[in-house]
Amino acid sequence: MTPRIKKLREQSLNAVNKISAERGLLVTEFYKNHVAFGDSIPVQRAKAFRHIIENKKVCINEGELIVGERGPAPKATPTYPEITVHSLQDLEILDTREKVWFKVGKETRKAFEEKIIPFWKGRSNRDRIMKSLPEDWHDAYDAGIFTEFMEQRAPGHTVAGNKIYKKGMLDIIDDIEFSISELDFQSDPKAFDKREELKAMKIAAETLILFADRHADKLEELAINEPSEERRAELKEMAKICRRVPANAPQTFHEALQYYWFVHLGVVTELNPWDSFNPGKLDSHLYPFYKKEVDAGTMTCEKAKEILHSFWIKFNNHPAPPKVGVTALESNTYTDFALINVGGVNEDGSDAVNEMSYIILDVIEEMRLLQPSSMVQLSKKNPEKFIQRAVKISKTGFGQPSIFNTDAIIQELTRQGKDIIDARNGGASGCVESGAFGTESYILCGYFNLPKILEITLHNGFDMRTQKQIGVKSGDPVSFNSMETLLKAFEKQVKHFVNIKVKGNNIIESIFMNHIPTPFLSLIIDDCVTTGTDYICGGARYNTSYIQGVGMGTITDSLTAFKKHVFEEKSISMPEFLNALNNNFEGNDQLHYNLVYKTPKYGNDDDYADEFLQEVFEIYYNAVTGHRSPRGAEYRINLLPTTCHVYFGSVMHASPDGRKAGVPVSEGISPVQGADTNGPTAVIKSAAKIDHLRTGGTLLNQKFSPSFFEDEEAIAKVSKLVRSYFRMDGHHIQFNVVNADTLRDAQKHPEKYRDLIVRVAGYSDYFNDLGEDLQDEIIRRTEHENV
Amino acid sequence: MGVIFDIKRFAVHDGPGIRATVFLKGCPLSCWWCHNPESWSLKSQDIIREVKLNGKTFCEEVTVGQEIEAKEVITQLLKERMVMEESGGGVTFSGGEPLMQPGFLLELLKLSKEEGFHTAVDTSGYVEKTHMEQILPFTDLFLFDLKVMDSVTHKKYTGVSNGLILENLVFISTKGKKIYLRIPVVDEVNNTLEETNSIIQFLGTNKIQVQQVDLLPYHHIGKSKYERFGIKYRMRGKEQMQKADMKEIKQQFENAGYKVKIGG
Repeated sequence: MTPRIKKLREQSLNAVNKISAERGLLVTEFYKNHVAFGDSIPVQRAKAFRHIIENKKVCINEGELIVGERGPAPKATPTYPEITVHSLQDLEILDTREKVWFKVGKETRKAFEEKIIPFWKGRSNRDRIMKSLPEDWHDAYDAGIFTEFMEQRAPGHTVAGNKIYKKGMLDIIDDIEFSISELDFQSDPKAFDKREELKAMKIAAETLILFADRHADKLEELAINEPSEERRAELKEMAKICRRVPANAPQTFHEALQYYWFVHLGVVTELNPWDSFNPGKLDSHLYPFYKKEVDAGTMTCEKAKEILHSFWIKFNNHPAPPKVGVTALESNTYTDFALINVGGVNEDGSDAVNEMSYIILDVIEEMRLLQPSSMVQLSKKNPEKFIQRAVKISKTGFGQPSIFNTDAIIQELTRQGKDIIDARNGGASGCVESGAFGTESYILCGYFNLPKILEITLHNGFDMRTQKQIGVKSGDPVSFNSMETLLKAFEKQVKHFVNIKVKGNNIIESIFMNHIPTPFLSLIIDDCVTTGTDYICGGARYNTSYIQGVGMGTITDSLTAFKKHVFEEKSISMPEFLNALNNNFEGNDQLHYNLVYKTPKYGNDDDYADEFLQEVFEIYYNAVTGHRSPRGAEYRINLLPTTCHVYFGSVMHASPDGRKAGVPVSEGISPVQGADTNGPTAVIKSAAKIDHLRTGGTLLNQKFSPSFFEDEEAIAKVSKLVRSYFRMDGHHIQFNVVNADTLRDAQKHPEKYRDLIVRVAGYSDYFNDLGEDLQDEIIRRTEHENV
Repeated sequence: MGVIFDIKRFAVHDGPGIRATVFLKGCPLSCWWCHNPESWSLKSQDIIREVKLNGKTFCEEVTVGQEIEAKEVITQLLKERMVMEESGGGVTFSGGEPLMQPGFLLELLKLSKEEGFHTAVDTSGYVEKTHMEQILPFTDLFLFDLKVMDSVTHKKYTGVSNGLILENLVFISTKGKKIYLRIPVVDEVNNTLEETNSIIQFLGTNKIQVQQVDLLPYHHIGKSKYERFGIKYRMRGKEQMQKADMKEIKQQFENAGYKVKIGG
């Protein structure tokens, strides 16, 4: 790492998150002045985007090689009042909350108070959404049955493909002109809408060129006053790069990365989409540029690394936009889930690991940054050296890279009807979600609390916490005389709540389609330009909506507890059992003990305990699959929690697996915390009992003490463990390598552990930034591993 | 039918690849430093285990040791087949001394070979030669324990002298079997240069080929088990071995041309 990169990295780590009013003010000014009055909605959106880009401050940090910031400075984070407007109270919470605060300056507060809030209050997209959602949706949402991704953030979740390395914005504008010329006003009822959308896309493309030009101007200006000759030459070179890209297709390694970065900024300035956009298979994209230059002797490997380092820091300068209301108070995770993919296969199915893959792995290890997050795609075709290098980095304990099964992802995607080439160009993004990069809109709709639905089933549709009948009357549980009757009732409730969820999402999606198109993002994702259809309106070649199931371990063990104790051994009656749950096991120590220690648990490769994993999977899969969204997406499932398993546990009573009230439910498809006592091979065997290929991603967290990685031989064995899981079609596995004492000390002395990163669930976070309950949970996990 | 007391999955220190290790009950030795005193007796034993939940202590009677058919053991091992095959691992029979149940072990090994498992036997070497001989065709690898070269010291710390052990080591070596030599390194017992030299000398003189030498540093993990089984723990006052202490011994073996691993 060169000294200036070290300095930039330090600056990025030390920079304080701030709320910036810049974007909010510009977008307010735009709509307030009615400058776009009379334009169609897509054109209005494009002009709003242009207004922001034209007027925002251009920030160039000292010594950096990749330029461009979303806000006026690193970690100065914009808001999106047209989507959701922060109240003064929200700003107060963000400014003062214990974890991951966003400082709110006096001027910023004033701007919100006097300009942004008065204009947008009651008029944001969130207001539209909340007014339009039916009562049963609100009841289920309040009860904690599900969360909603798009009430505060725009639907996103897509990844750039390889288009931008082949086409400049000028080429894309040519494509737009061609699409306009081909419009069929004689028989296509949508011809006008398409023309408006295409006009908007053209404005958006021109805007990105303008943005780069503004940077070029600034770089030239800086060069004039730059005392160091070396840096002066560099600034001039960077200005040249900004004049070439994104207007034209990149010719050099440096241009390729700078181009991507402008596109990234375009996507996250236009809107605040879930989940963060990212460059996808970066090693595959960059390798041709790298090879050409290294072969020609115009760039060294060290220089390539330095540019990559600078690129990495740009991601870390960009926390996710903060939320509003109760979510702002509860949520303390603000990574933006950019997940860079390395490895996998080429379009023709051959091994894609190349020299750049190893260089990027070096960069991941050296940078040790929260963002961008990173993963390796492991195919059976990739060499052992590659997976072992990745596992070796996991050993350093910051949770990256996570490991994904390319061969499974390709099967998942082709099963959904995608072309095999598009599938091979895909991978995973966000936490673990499968997608075809550059061609798919795969929107996450929200988490779905499966154990809570069992709780509702056990009260015949009544929610004890909100004291409302929110479910259907699925039968008095006392009358259940077999597992079949219990499962039937549970299935009824799952269907009921999935229907509510899907209806809500379809309403929200329609609102976005009508009001918030995204002409800029539509430039990047095929086939929006060809079809003249916005990304949000179904313009992507493939469209999927995922609902993410949470708590598989908890619900599986809960059902096993009923089977064993109530129906088979009959050691406790249903009313007694329900009573004990309502009382949080108070005065029922022996029962609690039996549930925790004397009941078979998922995660031990015990068919008796794993049976209901499969049952619940099928119930959930069947309830979700087959629904369709307004933009033409199919609803599908994946199984991952991010941090939602903590929230979902907090809205629940005690559960039949012995989990006490308020304690987090299990995460992803990992076993209940501490329940897996037969070692990691038993865990992967259990986890492989569900059909991963019918999901769009599952998350398995495997905790390891560092000792499992002590030498090359040990690393090779862990690598083989991964290969074994993947041979059984497992989708994803990640390692948490830490010991409990370290974590406890970190809780006591956070100042000493500013750089301590842990795997939470599908992503890494600074330990210090996690809430105390989540910290405690990670310590518990670790302790278990050390036993 | 035999008696086992555990099947450990994801065993990564008992031979090549990822293995499943089956622990058979019964041992002719009673080493002071033994980590598995529950393995000494051939019979199953009932002990009281304390489990804490919500600050309360629950006591439960646990039986250590289970009578089991060899076929049933294989059924359990088959769960690991995929991982074994993927990782180049296999099954390891340990103890106790697995050859304390020679017929049972033989049956387990035969059935394992029928399934195509790679087999390893972790032995103290203190067994009848005929028993050793009959398992040879079904054993791919021996993890052979060597503690102390001096017979008197050996008897003091293990309860038996080492003549038979050394004979068996020479025997399996002449039969061309693959051997990992495993040496528990214990403070004040065998952590000396002289001891290491005499082991190296013995191996050389008898032309014993070993694939690898595993140095197993003594640590206190077994102590609480002794209390639970009501066996006197004789290692009080002995220092735990640190990895750094092992360096010289490791170097000595390496100088003599052996591949050495600390911790197996």
